[in-house]
Amino acid sequence: MVCSHSPLSGLSAGSSATVESIHLEGDDSFRLRELGFLPGARLRLVRRAPLGDPIEVEIGGAHLALRRSDAALIQVKVTPDA
Amino acid sequence: MPDAQAAAQSLLIALVGNPNTGKTTLFNALSGLSQKVANYAGVTVEKKEGTCHDQHGKPVRLLDLPGAYSLNANTPDEAIPRDVLLGRRADTPKPDRVICVIDASNLERNLYFTMQVLDLGIPAIVVLNMMDIAGARGMKISAANLQEQLGVQVISVQANTRQGMERLRVAMSQAELPLAKPGEYPPSLREALAKAHALLNDGATNPDANALAATVSLLCSRDRGDSVAAGVEAARELMERDCPGWEENLVLSQYTRIAELTRNAIEQTRSGDPTPTDKLDRVLLHPILGWLTLGGLMTALFATIFSVATVPMDWIDTGFGWTADWIKTWMAEGDLRDLLTDGVLAGVGSVVMFLPQILLLFFFIGLLEDTGYMARVAFIMDRLMGLVGLNGRAFIPLLSSYACAIPGIMATRTIANPRERLITILVAPLASCSARLPVYVMMIGVLLPGGAGGVWLKVAFMLGLYALGTVGMFLFAWLFDRKLRSSNGSTMILELPPYRIPALRAVLLRLWSRARVFITQAGTIILVISILLWAATSYPKPADGDDTDRLTQSIAGQLGKQIEPLIEPLGYDWKMGIGLIASFAAREVFVSTMSILYRADDPDDDEGTRRLQTILREQKRADGSPLFNGKTCLSMLVFYVFAMQCMATLAITRRETNSWKWPLFQFGYLTVTAYVAALLVYQGAGLLGY
Repeated sequence: MVCSHSPLSGLSAGSSATVESIHLEGDDSFRLRELGFLPGARLRLVRRAPLGDPIEVEIGGAHLALRRSDAALIQVKVTPDA
Repeated sequence: MPDAQAAAQSLLIALVGNPNTGKTTLFNALSGLSQKVANYAGVTVEKKEGTCHDQHGKPVRLLDLPGAYSLNANTPDEAIPRDVLLGRRADTPKPDRVICVIDASNLERNLYFTMQVLDLGIPAIVVLNMMDIAGARGMKISAANLQEQLGVQVISVQANTRQGMERLRVAMSQAELPLAKPGEYPPSLREALAKAHALLNDGATNPDANALAATVSLLCSRDRGDSVAAGVEAARELMERDCPGWEENLVLSQYTRIAELTRNAIEQTRSGDPTPTDKLDRVLLHPILGWLTLGGLMTALFATIFSVATVPMDWIDTGFGWTADWIKTWMAEGDLRDLLTDGVLAGVGSVVMFLPQILLLFFFIGLLEDTGYMARVAFIMDRLMGLVGLNGRAFIPLLSSYACAIPGIMATRTIANPRERLITILVAPLASCSARLPVYVMMIGVLLPGGAGGVWLKVAFMLGLYALGTVGMFLFAWLFDRKLRSSNGSTMILELPPYRIPALRAVLLRLWSRARVFITQAGTIILVISILLWAATSYPKPADGDDTDRLTQSIAGQLGKQIEPLIEPLGYDWKMGIGLIASFAAREVFVSTMSILYRADDPDDDEGTRRLQTILREQKRADGSPLFNGKTCLSMLVFYVFAMQCMATLAITRRETNSWKWPLFQFGYLTVTAYVAALLVYQGAGLLGY
């Protein structure tokens, strides 16, 4: 089983990962944590918008869109699909 | 006062929850038609109140609080539930009870907010909504288990089909509701929080868990309100010193509690099937099909607005005309009659004419919001709108503004970021709205008489004017974005909620409340300015003479002559100056004013417009050259693309920004831009030898 590390923005559509760390500025990362972006949380990159940005992420049953520039600051560990 | 007494005795129950949990559907189901919608004092957040009756027939007051992800408020919308639940708003009493609405398919994140509310120690009922979606995702949720662990009643309902409403009503009717078991903080965090609590509450000691929860939400809010801001900064520094990483730890400990709660309450029976939303999004957010559906929907929407709306618009126009005629037959001639027919009816009528368009737009915007497609439009458009610093959510408001800026500006409430919302409001009038169309048609006709250049050149001109306004819109958005950029809160987090079949009643209820805002708020200002404009165009009265003499000698006429030196460099004479002043009522009034000034007949039909165009073309300057030469027409067209000549829009901007500063700024920057652009066109054309 191979695990690789990547920013959230680098995931390919349809792949799953777990959150490792968030490097956004204080206020922004606080809200993301409140929405469930905590170390160890599982997420899935559902798709990219037609123009490539933003991206749709499924986390804890919710579908959230994030801009790529923000997603680049979230480190994830890619996990093979269960 | 028996009413006030009854209100004081009846319970106040607040509905709280994350956005898109069906909270408002539940509120509508409980309160029916007995709703009042107003604004919270000082902010443009809707305050929705209603009444319902409990099992014993006693009236209960219901308050539908705006959706929030956390009591640690990030936006003005989220500050409302926090302040109401903490009893910190002067215009709203602290609720006696709360109903926490939870989207069951998204239990953990919804519980995060719910547990924050429960920790405040207000008697509560927890409602699990959307159990069907949770079921489709393969989740089995035990309400009984959650109830046992939380210590408050947990009821599952299906708000859209009204299942479980009776059980909720029974729960609401209980004389006493149990209180939730408050959460515990790690000792070091608790100690630091107690100190921060003392700092914020004049040295109060031994706070209980509920008081600490209130302190946490004040400490962690980004939108703080003014009353405690200074104390909060000091308290945050204290927390940072005593307990580094405290904010992260608070979120972590909360989610640890939630994980314990859900471990027994949720059973993942199977991996979820793709939901209808998943299937729909494969088409609606598809790289190619997504664009096609968005383009098709918007085309259909605008085609409907422009074709369907013309029928009631004609009725309204005719109706106002009949009423004016009727008054003329029943009232003796005189100033009062003129005030009613030419001032009030004509002025108000010229704006109310647009009501069908505005209502249709409200209706479509309501449908887009309630189906969940609005968030998808924002998702698709965000990249493009982001180029000029706007959010994808600005797309529909700006697009709507091509029909009318008023519903566009009112639709900006879905933009959470106050800065992006303000920019969207400021640039919305640059979209060429339908009131400009009659002016464009008339002036292009004067510029290109008869078959000159063919119909395609006319179409090209028209498209050019729309393009010019659009370019201006993006340019100013970009400029304002650079000026207003602030350091925090630039992250966009957009939730894509499950698609839902909208409840027609809910859409119509909101349509009605928005229409009422337009009629009452804009209506009063429209009425006042209509009367002022009428007086300016009627007084002082000449001893004799026709309408043209009356207008020429009136205050407006004199004002037109006064501003002639100012508008001469744009290629206009004083008569056009009067037209500019009069069109502040609504842009299309320019056409009828010009027809009075140049003694043309009523330009109501196509033939009338053509006659007016011919008359305008025959006007000469002192040197014998035509008055409406090419460069004057162009300069006039460019002026109308940019100028802010709509009192109704200014009234709505005032309401939506809650200040006079922004409508005045909007008026100022657009008028200056219009002047400079028209000047450049006229003088530039002159330099090029035209």
